[in-house]
Amino acid sequence: MASFGSSALVIALALAAWNLLAGAVALWMIATRQPSAISPERLADTARRAGIAGFIAVTAAAFALIWSVFTNDFSITYIMEHSNRALPAAYKFSALWSGQEGSLLLWAWLLGAYGFVLRLTHKKDVKLYAYAGAILAGIQVFFLLVLNFAAPPFALLKGAIPDDGNGLNPLLQYPEMVIHPPMLYLGYVGFSVPFAFALGALMMRYPGEKWIKITRIWTMVTWMFLTCGIFLGMHWAYAVLGWGGYWGWDPVENASFMPWLTGTAFLHSVMMQEKKGMMKSWNVWLIFTTFLLTLLGTLLTRAGLVSSVHAFAQSSIGTWFMVFMGIVLAVCIFTYILQRSHLKSEQHLESLVSRESSFLFNNLVLLAACFVILWGTLFPILSEYVQGSKVTVGAPWYNAVAVPIGLFLLFLTGVGPLLPWRATSLRAIRRNFVLPSIALWVTVIVCLAVGVRPWKDGALDQGHFYALVAFALSAAVMTAILSEFLRGAAVIARQSGRNYFSAMYLLIHRNTRRYGGYLIHIGVVIVVIGLAGAAFNRNVEREMALNDKIEIGPYTLVNVGATEDSNDNYNSEYARLDVYRGGRNEFQMTPERRVYLASEQPQTMVAIHSTLPWDLYVVYEGTNPDTGQPIIKAFLNPLVGWIWAGVAVMVIGTLIALVPNLKPATQRGGDTVAS
Amino acid sequence: MRLNFWTKAIQALTLAVAVCFSVGAAGPSNRFSDLSHRLMCTCGCAEILGECNHVGCPNSAGELDELRAGIAAGKSDDEILKGFVAKYGAVVLAAPSKEGFDLVAWIAPFAVFAAALLGTILLVRRWSIGKMQSEAPAGDPAMDALKEKIRRETDGD
Repeated sequence: MASFGSSALVIALALAAWNLLAGAVALWMIATRQPSAISPERLADTARRAGIAGFIAVTAAAFALIWSVFTNDFSITYIMEHSNRALPAAYKFSALWSGQEGSLLLWAWLLGAYGFVLRLTHKKDVKLYAYAGAILAGIQVFFLLVLNFAAPPFALLKGAIPDDGNGLNPLLQYPEMVIHPPMLYLGYVGFSVPFAFALGALMMRYPGEKWIKITRIWTMVTWMFLTCGIFLGMHWAYAVLGWGGYWGWDPVENASFMPWLTGTAFLHSVMMQEKKGMMKSWNVWLIFTTFLLTLLGTLLTRAGLVSSVHAFAQSSIGTWFMVFMGIVLAVCIFTYILQRSHLKSEQHLESLVSRESSFLFNNLVLLAACFVILWGTLFPILSEYVQGSKVTVGAPWYNAVAVPIGLFLLFLTGVGPLLPWRATSLRAIRRNFVLPSIALWVTVIVCLAVGVRPWKDGALDQGHFYALVAFALSAAVMTAILSEFLRGAAVIARQSGRNYFSAMYLLIHRNTRRYGGYLIHIGVVIVVIGLAGAAFNRNVEREMALNDKIEIGPYTLVNVGATEDSNDNYNSEYARLDVYRGGRNEFQMTPERRVYLASEQPQTMVAIHSTLPWDLYVVYEGTNPDTGQPIIKAFLNPLVGWIWAGVAVMVIGTLIALVPNLKPATQRGGDTVAS
Repeated sequence: MRLNFWTKAIQALTLAVAVCFSVGAAGPSNRFSDLSHRLMCTCGCAEILGECNHVGCPNSAGELDELRAGIAAGKSDDEILKGFVAKYGAVVLAAPSKEGFDLVAWIAPFAVFAAALLGTILLVRRWSIGKMQSEAPAGDPAMDALKEKIRRETDGD
């Protein structure tokens, strides 16, 4: 199977190279109207078919690797290092992305899959799709070169073949790890498609803004995958790492967040281009930057440039990525300089205060946030270069620098939808802002009254201050957005005689993009409320003898004993804790500690009892070697559940925004309600 | 009359906020927790010292003991942190110091943000002014009414 997989990768590389070369030659012939014996259209079609065949070849390689995992083929180094016989079937799939070679193969396969869909739907705009297809092929050639020469997944083990493998990293043996990496990669790789369309449209001087409409769905779907990937990663960190948090500002976490920020900026500013023909150069560079940031993230992970708990072992492929990024940047700059006259746009605003200007500020803040995170991620390298010694840029720095920018962004999330396109009047501003302002101040008063104090011992308490501001702004933004929904639904209900829910449905269906977008904003607000809850986290750590108690918040945890279990994959110890609330035994929690047999690595499995106001989060840290008694750490983490609920709302909002609008009654020729 | 109402509303709001701010006592001082969150565990786990939860971690217990000893000895926060840096290097601090080149880490984000904010404001002004200058002279009320009507009808997302 190793030779089958290797051969498939060589064939895939040849097909991708043909796709790139034949596609490029055909498009050059079409652009320059060169007379030739072969029809450029036919040549372009062979390139397209090579792209489709290339996807099949990469699929065959991915299949070969998975087959090798399931058949325990430890003659392949990658399988030996990342799997073992006792590994459960679901995690055998995870082995595909648990190591460098496998994850690069997953990248190539997803890129092939995106390209496959793109090439099958090429009739929407044959020429533009041919450009985009050739650019995607160029990216694919790079990944297949790496897979064939620098990080081959089917490399054979030297020496005797062991009877069993080293097993999968215990941190990855968790259900979310089966879906988090593919989601994240779907997001990362997906940005290649809008990048390819943007670069292709620029190369061919594509007339009008139709390419944006074509790429909108691709961009939104990609953005949704990246969002899901990031939050699944947060949930995994929360449930597995056992430190009570979900985001540590680790370079690898930052690497996933940066393209999300620029991608979000692109989704907003592209509306300016669609509606007003503005910001053409800006949008092109936003999507170029987003794609480059996805590569930078991969470079950071794999080159060992920055220290990270997630980083793969340092290897030579960092150089490959650096060279490729250089080539991509050079192509982008060259194409832009050559075709920049095509991007000239009328930069006119009718008013200083309008939806357009709010988009500009929104872009500013998103880009500033991206810069801050990039700066914080790379500063240790810069410091080492300048001072000769590394420094740590950890959570305290990000909390002080990035959080205020995030709060400003939250403010714009509420303000933007309240401003109409083109211009607004002072009266309209006053009318739209009264309710949100009231909500803001009422929230401040309520928070202060219930004990959210932005000071401690006479000094500013940064965490509580930010939480107070976040709650107040969230209330204002939520009020602003909900009032938009209610106002629109009320008008439809009044005009059509429908009930309120039916009117709301019609309102959303008439303009799915607008109201789907608002729903995403609501999701963001819910996430922010959840994040702000972290300022009030509490924890207690104690060595617990039998019947010992831990009091935390309204809960009392009583140790009622421990138990052990074992299977082919790991041995585990559980602490059994009865949880009392108000004197009543409500439930039992069983935090666990496993030791995986193949790798001999320990791993905590946190017990979490999640409710709307807080999570009770209990970690079994092991036993004291002197006393033999379990050490338990219990956290009470307020509002964490809101984060996951907010993400669900964001996903629903994105899905709604992807639904086509209900056509007006005049176009449907029937129902008069929408008129 | 209206102005009077708003003045009273603002006064009431200010009073309510002031009352809420002044009610209740602040929590007890917890220098240990504060300082342990400004330091890193040096075992390579990349966790904040106060949050490092590895059982049998070779470094965190010792670091926490040093921190307790420093506080008990009556040292200032600055002295304690400098002691840690002298022993473990600058990487032991969870954030760059605010001295020398490290200060750049703190200044650059705000400087870039301020410059970008200023640039955006100037850009918005320039684009708005450009529009005003290039527009036809105003005056025709019928045209203004028509524009307003179109604006209302086409106002989408």
